[in-house]
Amino acid sequence: MRFAVVVFPGSNCDRDMYHAVKDVLGEEAELVWYENSNLADYDGILLPGGFSYGDYLRSGAVAATSDVMKQVKEHAAKGKPVLGVCNGFQVLTETGLLPGALMRNEKLSFMCHQEELIVENNQTMFTTGYTKGEVVRFPIAHGEGNYFCDAQTLADLQTNNQIVLTYRNNPNGSVADIAGIINKEGNVLGMMPHPERAVESLLGSDDGLTLFKSLVQNWRESHYVANA
Amino acid sequence: MRNVTVFVTLKQGVLDPQGKAIQESLNSLGYQEVQGARVGKYIELQVEDGPNLEARIKEMCDKLLANPVIEDYSFDVEEAVRS
Repeated sequence: MRFAVVVFPGSNCDRDMYHAVKDVLGEEAELVWYENSNLADYDGILLPGGFSYGDYLRSGAVAATSDVMKQVKEHAAKGKPVLGVCNGFQVLTETGLLPGALMRNEKLSFMCHQEELIVENNQTMFTTGYTKGEVVRFPIAHGEGNYFCDAQTLADLQTNNQIVLTYRNNPNGSVADIAGIINKEGNVLGMMPHPERAVESLLGSDDGLTLFKSLVQNWRESHYVANA
Repeated sequence: MRNVTVFVTLKQGVLDPQGKAIQESLNSLGYQEVQGARVGKYIELQVEDGPNLEARIKEMCDKLLANPVIEDYSFDVEEAVRS
């Protein structure tokens, strides 16, 4: 499976993402600078964490207007997988690929530590390797991870089973303890916690590896079926 | 040329932890009369005059300057004063 890790000015988790997919998982991956990029030949798009454009205006807002995000929209419309982590999640909500918005943490401070998450939906292409209700440990590192949406949007997310991960001990004030959501079509996942920083037990947790493995396995299976 | 001032505020009902911290700080300075504070943004634009100016500013607000999920906006358009 061939991954593009999109690099914006101010991205800083791009190498972590690249390392997870390329070195730990052994898949093909390239760091793709946001300008003059062509995403057509990639199977999966990874939007990494960081502070694209210095979080000017609102985190993710400026990156969302870039040409590369138009390509990500086209890629997503074809049903191909897109994963946005941290700032990548913020970019996805600002682009409108995912509903809601990420606001300043309830207690205002930047937080950087490991959190326990509950896998609420293990029926997505990103989460089949987990069991429903499983508790996993991923690091968080954000100042604006407080997920907000209106009551109707929340009801829709719940009805469509779009809430994929929740915090066991909500650190940032997110509505309904939401840590990660997926689009209705099931191919665009956004989350504040960092699965790409949880791929080696030596570094605290390898619970994130299952997410990437699930994606690759499901992609391969759907491809073999398609080609059979 | 027109000077456009855009005000972006958090929607009512959206919690504003920054505003709350400011209110508490003012209270602790002795300004007990402050019963609330909300933080917003003020943006100045210099825009060439043209047809549909207001409609285009509204578009700019919807597309970029404000996030309609969490924010409201308003704007004023004034003739730019030549210096």
